[in-house]
Amino acid sequence: MSNKPIPTQQKEELVVKFAGDSGDGMQLTGQFFSDASALLGNDLATFPDFPAEIRAPHNTIPGVSGFLVQIGQKKILSPGDLCDILIAMNPASLKSNLKWAKKGATLIVNNDTFSDVAIEKAGYTTDPLTDGSLSNYHLISAPITTLTKAALEELGIDQKTMDRSKNMFVLGILCFITGRGTEQVLHLFDKKFVEKPKIKEINIKAFLAGFNYAETKEVVESVIVVPPADKALEKGRYRNILGNDATAWGLLAAAEKSGRPLFLGSYPITPATEILIELAKHKSLGARVFQAEDEIAGICSAIGASFAGAMACTTTSGPGLSLKSEALGLAVITELPLVIVNVQRAGPSTGIPTKSEQSDLLQALFGRNGEAPLVVMAASSPADCFYAAFEASRIAMETMTPVILLTDGYIGFGSELFRIPKMSDLPQIHPPIAKANDPNYKPYNRDANLIRQWAIPGTEGLRHRIGGLEKEDGKGNVSSDPHNHQTMVNLRRDKVLKIAERIPEQSVVGEETGDLLVVSWGGTRGATLSAVQEMQAQGKKVSLAHFKHIFPLPKNAEKILSSFKKVIVPELNDGQFVKYLRMEFPHIKLLQYNKVQGLPFTVNELTEEFNKIMEGK
Amino acid sequence: METKFVTIPKSEVPLTKEDFVSDQMVKWCPGCGGHAILSSVTKAFPNTGYKKENIVLVSGIGCSSRFPYYVNTYGFHGIHGRANAIASGVKIFNPQLSVWINTGDGDSLAIGGNHFIHTIRRNIDVNILMFNNQIYGLTKGQYSPTTPMEGVTKTSPFGTIEQPFNPGELTIGSQGTFFARAVDTNPKLMTEVVEEATKHDGTSVVEVLENCIIFFDKAFNEITSKENRDNNQLILKHGEPMIFGTEKNKGIRYNPGKGGLEVVTIGINGITIKDILVHDQYSKDPAIHLMLAKMELPNYPIALGVIRSAAIPTYNELFEIQMYEEQKSSKIKCMDDLMNSGDTWEI
Repeated sequence: MSNKPIPTQQKEELVVKFAGDSGDGMQLTGQFFSDASALLGNDLATFPDFPAEIRAPHNTIPGVSGFLVQIGQKKILSPGDLCDILIAMNPASLKSNLKWAKKGATLIVNNDTFSDVAIEKAGYTTDPLTDGSLSNYHLISAPITTLTKAALEELGIDQKTMDRSKNMFVLGILCFITGRGTEQVLHLFDKKFVEKPKIKEINIKAFLAGFNYAETKEVVESVIVVPPADKALEKGRYRNILGNDATAWGLLAAAEKSGRPLFLGSYPITPATEILIELAKHKSLGARVFQAEDEIAGICSAIGASFAGAMACTTTSGPGLSLKSEALGLAVITELPLVIVNVQRAGPSTGIPTKSEQSDLLQALFGRNGEAPLVVMAASSPADCFYAAFEASRIAMETMTPVILLTDGYIGFGSELFRIPKMSDLPQIHPPIAKANDPNYKPYNRDANLIRQWAIPGTEGLRHRIGGLEKEDGKGNVSSDPHNHQTMVNLRRDKVLKIAERIPEQSVVGEETGDLLVVSWGGTRGATLSAVQEMQAQGKKVSLAHFKHIFPLPKNAEKILSSFKKVIVPELNDGQFVKYLRMEFPHIKLLQYNKVQGLPFTVNELTEEFNKIMEGK
Repeated sequence: METKFVTIPKSEVPLTKEDFVSDQMVKWCPGCGGHAILSSVTKAFPNTGYKKENIVLVSGIGCSSRFPYYVNTYGFHGIHGRANAIASGVKIFNPQLSVWINTGDGDSLAIGGNHFIHTIRRNIDVNILMFNNQIYGLTKGQYSPTTPMEGVTKTSPFGTIEQPFNPGELTIGSQGTFFARAVDTNPKLMTEVVEEATKHDGTSVVEVLENCIIFFDKAFNEITSKENRDNNQLILKHGEPMIFGTEKNKGIRYNPGKGGLEVVTIGINGITIKDILVHDQYSKDPAIHLMLAKMELPNYPIALGVIRSAAIPTYNELFEIQMYEEQKSSKIKCMDDLMNSGDTWEI
């Protein structure tokens, strides 16, 4: 062992991509690395990239499972595009991920897996580890399987367990070359394997063996250190949170602040299932979770629960939203509070369930029979899912209107640091609950904001009937009178439009006027904000308006859109928000930039496009 | 229902039928079986003892589904086929409500078939009143999933070529814990059956054979007409032998050699009352209940009354027990607890 310390170099941010055969434990390894970095005070964002199949064929490209994490000394806005360190556990992982590695990136490769068969299966004609094709990278090629087995031999465990532990050996190498040390990971092992001492022992041994190997072999010339982000982050208590969990917690928080217990009616669907899974855990918080027989029963049970007085929600993804369309109309006409979370995925039809897209916006806005306006909102990052779900629930309950909250697979599966709010700091939610024995109660009487009251079954003196047939204004009896229908259509529309009064004005990152306004919405915020900030740092007059409220739009939307020389709307669809904005503001010229590949925007492609537009190309 | 975990509040004052009559005009066709059903149900409600504010009626779409407008309780008129799903949400959210579903053969057995079988399978404590008129009435006469084979309707001008569902068989096949059958011509039996359904903990399915006077008149004539009813109806009573017929001398015997149930006549071939099967509606084993539900003319009478009422834990009871246990034992009592659980750190 060399005694001279290895020099360190500091970096503000670092992107690591873990790639292996599904079953190689890359998600777990990535999670350990992320958690350890969080404990060291870095800001971070993660994104898992796993195949649609649970176990795709061994050593094939479709079988590659990935996990992306960006850690930083500064505020981290996305899991990153190109990585500084790529871990490739087999030839297929290297083949499919090298394009995501920066030039000069460090590659950690398990060369035990580079058999002739595996190399060929990955689509290589020659061995990339020896044919010189990786000469532009810093290659750490190690017999990781063999080394792990050697380290674990004395434990007398079976081959399979030894083989499975190679991910912890890799984690050891990674922790050494990123100057993480071992303390945090060992602490995490203590917590994770508290009831499995044998597994803990195996993991510790493999992890330390990897760490020592990297140190002894001096696999890098200098270690990269990303100092804590304490200056970039607001003071407070933090945790790492997945987008779908944050959505679940936002719903729970709204239930607590409104005093209306939560009811979820939902059917499993990728990539929304984790919300159902998370909420099902929290019976102790009074969450009533019902796994329904189908998507329709999911929303219909939620509507029933809402009628009965619940903070009701249903969670789904695109195809499920299609199935729920008819019931959405029922929630609109009965004017009951309901939150519909749509974690969007690539469509149409079954599409690419594990890949993300923003292509359900028009469905959310318009996908119902009749004139059926409801509120549409979008969350912009994993942690923002918490606040978006809370806000969607607040609006639904306070205005007796269904709200569709759009998130997507990218932010639903992604994670980032979450500054834990105190419940006492969140606003109280005030649903308009009708008082018992109110002699003036009528189902469709409205207040000044056109909001009707919530008369909850079990309450004395408020028995009434509502339903999907058109209702007489005020009284709520069934009515097919033509003028009454017109009145009710107008009232339902105006009620939703008035919600613009209770949402915040649209904010702009940067100057309120300039050469280019970038308009984005939903899960692309990390990429659009990074791109805009990068260009602003170069002195360019670019600003960002990232929309959270889609319908109704914030009151100042038109003013903002009219204050720039050019406006571009980048979206991960074929141009849905831009279509809607053109419809609302036909006099404003809007450019569009679209990508529909199931992949997020990279910051590079955005800056390239924005620069082109600014240069008038 | 009254258990440790689920109780529906009782009315402090005695209620009458008038407490449940709504101010809405009943718009079913004159002579429709719906009128008799409405009358029987509103008669049964006061006898449940429940507070009128704690009764909720939920319906789907179809003639049957106008029912909630005509009863002065909390009511929800849903969309086609989804009454069972909507009602499941009502009951799971608030088990202190007595929840009734008004549905029909089209609503629950065609478009809403999935919700029907799964509500039953879960044994959610709701009461399903299914008006079976064997036809789509509100859309003016198309065949339904219970229209008999060869039935001529607007969409089956040459006769249907579809095997009909038997709602009793479907209910029991879906692991139903309660099934009863009534006819719109016997209001007394209907009221009794509705009261029995109330007493049952779990999903109660009450099939009412209802005459559609416009589109499928006399569909049940062989069962309900004065000249046929005594010979073609077997009115079941728990603990009593299954006897029927104008002479009260016909009965049902269990004869495995003949493949199950057979109709016998007391006094012929040495048959005595002791040979006649005694009805046990509470048997958990559904075998005999299924045979009774499947009995069809002309070889058998139609079984009416409570065919099955098995005491099996309800979804709601099990749900509340889990809620109770978890609230008692979990360290997570509020959102602050949850958000600060697990790995957190100060910056």
